[in-house]
Amino acid sequence: MKNIPLLEIKNVKKSFFGNQVLQDINLSLHKGEIMGLVGENGAGKSTLMKILFGMGMIKETGGYEGEILLNGNKIQFQSPFDAIKAGVGMVHQEFSLIPGFSVIENILLNREPVNKNVFSEIFGERLNTLNYKKMTSKAQNAIDLLDIDLDSHMTINEMPVGHKQFTEIARELSKDNLKLLILDEPTAVLTEKESVALLSSIKKMSELGIAIIFITHRLQEILDVCDKVVVMRDGYIVSNVNAKDTNIEEITKSMIGRNIEVEKKVLNTLSTKNNIMQIKNLWVDMPGEVVRDITLDIKEGEILGIGGLAGQGKLGIPNGIMGLYEAGGEVIFDGNSIPLNNPRKFLDSQIAFVSEDRREVGLLLDESLEWNIAFNAMQIQNKFLKTYFGGLIKCRDEKAIKDISKYYINELQIKCISPSQKAKELSGGNQQKVCLAKSFALQPRFLFVSEPTRGIDVGAKSLVLQALKRFNKENNVTIVMISSELEELRHTCDRIAIVTDGKISGILDSASSSEEFGFLMIGKTK
Amino acid sequence: MKKSKFSLLNILEQYSVPIMFIIICAICIPLSGFSPNYLISEIVTRIGRNTFLILSLLIPIMAGMGLNFGMTLGAMAGEIGLILVADWQIWGIPGIILAMIISIPISILLGYICGRILNMAKGREMVTSYIISYFINGLYQLVVLYMMGSIIPIKHASIKLPRNYGIRNTVSLLNMRQHIDNFLSISIFGIKIPILTFLIIFLLCLFILWFKKTKLGQDMRAVGQDMEVARDAGIKVERTRIIAIIMSTIFAGFGMVLYLQNMGNLSTYSSHSQIGMFCIAALLVGGASVNKASIGNVFLGVILFHLMFIVAPQAGTKITGDSMIGEYFRVFISYGVITVALIMYETKKRNLKKKQGIALSLAQKEEETNNA
Amino acid sequence: MENTDTYKNKISIKSMIHNFGLPRLIIALFLLLLFIVAPFVGADLTTQISNTINRFSWNACLVLAMVPMIHSGCGLNFGLPLGIISGLLGATISIESGFTGFMSFVMAIVIATPFALIFGAGYGALLNKIKGGEMMIATYVGFSSVSFMCMMWLLLPFKSPTMVWGLAGKGLRTTISLDGFFDKALANIFQINIGNLSIPVGSLLFFALLAFLIWAFLHTKTGTAMTAVGSNPVFAKASGINIDKTRALSVMISTWLAAIGILVYEQGFGFIQLYMAPFNMALPAVSAILIGGASVNKASITNVVIGTFLFQGIVTMTPTVMNSMIHMDMSEVIRIIVSNGMILYALTRKSEATK
Repeated sequence: MKNIPLLEIKNVKKSFFGNQVLQDINLSLHKGEIMGLVGENGAGKSTLMKILFGMGMIKETGGYEGEILLNGNKIQFQSPFDAIKAGVGMVHQEFSLIPGFSVIENILLNREPVNKNVFSEIFGERLNTLNYKKMTSKAQNAIDLLDIDLDSHMTINEMPVGHKQFTEIARELSKDNLKLLILDEPTAVLTEKESVALLSSIKKMSELGIAIIFITHRLQEILDVCDKVVVMRDGYIVSNVNAKDTNIEEITKSMIGRNIEVEKKVLNTLSTKNNIMQIKNLWVDMPGEVVRDITLDIKEGEILGIGGLAGQGKLGIPNGIMGLYEAGGEVIFDGNSIPLNNPRKFLDSQIAFVSEDRREVGLLLDESLEWNIAFNAMQIQNKFLKTYFGGLIKCRDEKAIKDISKYYINELQIKCISPSQKAKELSGGNQQKVCLAKSFALQPRFLFVSEPTRGIDVGAKSLVLQALKRFNKENNVTIVMISSELEELRHTCDRIAIVTDGKISGILDSASSSEEFGFLMIGKTK
Repeated sequence: MKKSKFSLLNILEQYSVPIMFIIICAICIPLSGFSPNYLISEIVTRIGRNTFLILSLLIPIMAGMGLNFGMTLGAMAGEIGLILVADWQIWGIPGIILAMIISIPISILLGYICGRILNMAKGREMVTSYIISYFINGLYQLVVLYMMGSIIPIKHASIKLPRNYGIRNTVSLLNMRQHIDNFLSISIFGIKIPILTFLIIFLLCLFILWFKKTKLGQDMRAVGQDMEVARDAGIKVERTRIIAIIMSTIFAGFGMVLYLQNMGNLSTYSSHSQIGMFCIAALLVGGASVNKASIGNVFLGVILFHLMFIVAPQAGTKITGDSMIGEYFRVFISYGVITVALIMYETKKRNLKKKQGIALSLAQKEEETNNA
Repeated sequence: MENTDTYKNKISIKSMIHNFGLPRLIIALFLLLLFIVAPFVGADLTTQISNTINRFSWNACLVLAMVPMIHSGCGLNFGLPLGIISGLLGATISIESGFTGFMSFVMAIVIATPFALIFGAGYGALLNKIKGGEMMIATYVGFSSVSFMCMMWLLLPFKSPTMVWGLAGKGLRTTISLDGFFDKALANIFQINIGNLSIPVGSLLFFALLAFLIWAFLHTKTGTAMTAVGSNPVFAKASGINIDKTRALSVMISTWLAAIGILVYEQGFGFIQLYMAPFNMALPAVSAILIGGASVNKASITNVVIGTFLFQGIVTMTPTVMNSMIHMDMSEVIRIIVSNGMILYALTRKSEATK
């Protein structure tokens, strides 16, 4: 019976609202095997894991096709609790721990061994008392399995990040029937020493017969511990090989894959142009997108792309510079150093920002479209105002606001009923156009655009990108565009900087080969 | 538990409110001119009268729902119990016990309603529970002032308004006055110690300590610290929160009955309205905060707060020559303490966030210098 | 065709009800019912309407004081008593200084203004420190300041014989008659009397003036910024707006309006009420604006007008109508349940505004 794999995924397909995100996924995993799973953002890794773990959103969006077998039996999890019951464990990127509880309490959260008593006989089992002795020994067993040094009585909020990660893993291990453990980028938050410890405990777990799916962007780690490597791209599995038979170059190639033709742009003029902005040793404390040390020169009139994998820090750059998150370092614009952590100073220097977070940062959802478009220009540059009493009182000039809104509604083809429609009633793509209009109305010299095409449909995408290109050319505005989609960057930008681990790992011309970009993204130079 | 982390400054900050009260009391006691014997016997009485009520606040704090301003609901349930018992002329300890029993279903119902509403207003539980107490007070008046005697049968004219429906402003509980306090009471140096009352309070303390170790108690602590994590772990968050409020309401109902048997009469329309505020103020004076409170805080709070309450009017009269000043002063102090505690809680929450940011940027800087 | 039309109508009616809010609809219908029933049970409708309008004129300014703070995202101003205290200080000091008649009203406003601005600035700075917990703390700031002033009313060296206790010769009385001072100072201007119906045009005009000023302010650059801060603080921050300053300004305006509001209330009522009286003035104002259709973070002048009218209508109509109908005066209880129920409804609605 040894031949039946622990996990078998057969022809799994999944689409969100007609958008195919997983295609014909076939995988199998045996007891004690370690599988490395790699792929760019949006390749379908996390969707696949969500299906495996029975996350609610899969069911809510219409379920999936194909079948999944665990120990030869077909499974169809309704919720993560079903998955846990069947022996599937998952350690998410975000910690799921109670801050004021000790390691022991967290490991056994809601699975505490209890003692019965008189009251619980009458009022139900929630009045059972906790059995601390058993809890301690059970938790300690799990920690021992990991073979790491973890003080089980320490409370979570007093711990270094790495230990929190270990606590999460120990929690999964403490579940008696754990057969399959999914680790989603567990080493991203660890120090080098902790990573090594984790990798060795992963090996130990596999010796105990637990199969492991290990998701990471650090390819060397995969080669170090995994038995096989699965590469996903655009919803397909593009490669599934034994770790022994492959190397970093090959994995990178299959990850990035497509080699698109990008017309060679005339770059020599750029090199002569002066730097409009210089970023020196920038650090930004943005949760999930920590920027450590960015030094970057941006030339006047160019479109510079900033790419990189999710969580590496590319989004932190504009958010930090524009004062939305605590930042440090130096930014020189047009020869003047501009103090950080003060959004107003940057806006006053005619630098505008289109945020990646339309709903939280980019828009006043409850206000009209015209307010959204005119607001910044009104507040920063005193446009669209009527003045009374010799400038003492400045009132909104409703007509001017309406005019500018109508202009941009035409210019950017914003679909709406009227300029006074509320922003929250528009579709994602049209909201994005409003965000662009807002910053265009400022008539900036320099524009940060963060993830301009995130969550909008194909038609709106190309409209937005074209508008940016036109704005760059016609008004000679320098644009820095941050995007997770390399292809989009290569089509739009002159040069592309790749951010890895909070630092610029290299700047390439957009006609460079996909592999070169790939190596920069995983932080390896050839 | 790292002891070294607590510096003297931290201790001072943590206990700033109790320390402030000790100073106020230290100034006021000599001014008031009360004898120590009188003060001690007053304090003992008030410990017996109030502690049970204040203890009822602990469970919602554990469940992360803040100060339960809705404890007034339990107080109203207790009052309804007492009104009915008074009408049925069941006096003494049996009457007290019966009143408590009657209050239970009312408390459960009100607590359930309160819990449901609070689940709809997560993140602003306190202000919502505060408004709920006003809202339910309206319903209470509707029942007691209009329905009792007309729909709910009330036999005895002594507690009814002359118009034949509605309850009088005060209901005399003379026939059960201090029956629990006097049962088994002993006297030491002329100070009456109400042993049975203390025993009941002691039992509730034991229950709370025991409850913290139960599965339900553990779940409440988990829900109180992080609802989402608790939900992911399979704990029924909403249900747990409702149970916390129901328990608090039931205890508040018992507490109110104990409180009123000591007082000996019931002000039908005002006894409960201030009780929430005084209990919360007392708890905060004992060094508790919005998210952390212990039995120790309760006792320290009862003693300090009521000491201030006893001595302030006299001391105020001595200083200003006006007896009302002291009265207003203690009301001001009660509100002031709650205000200060709420402000400290909110600023602490914000400082904590800031500190995390600073720590992060420091770590980055360190790394920067390491890499350079 | 017709089917789709009626379908559309249905939808729009449904969404209208949804937008208007079921509780508001019930309250409006209840008031309408009271007006219809009133003549049948023998209540004099014109007197009732006259009362409602008068009470509207007393209270509208206090309700207006909610608007700026709601706009800047500081939530419902449960700290209204702080502004009221400034107004009371203005009124008492004005009388103490010997002003009489209409002048005493003007001087009360003049004297109350610096108090309101200073208190408002401090209160605003405090609220900026505790973003997210405004409403609870505002309530208790109000309570503490009221109880603090209770001591002050006794201790401050007021001398005017019309205001201090006759026997002791010091310490202000709990109620001070405004006869000879600013009793009906505004109401008497252009007052229209038709039979039982009397309309205090002056008071209404004064409210209209204040409402216009607030309306105009909300249309200025700063006013626009204030709305944006309340609507989406992160957006405002990204747009380079100083959030703390804007919020503090809104708190100062609210506090000042409350000070003016209590003076308008007193001139209509005819008495100054001190000590614990300001204590319970916040909740009726809060629920009035909510009944008018405002939410925790959105409010307009229309909300103020509709809300004050509905709320005061119920307060004046229920006792008479109820009394004549069932011989039970349940108005107080109904007022408590309606006003607090309305606040609860607003606090528990998540979707009232998208964040």
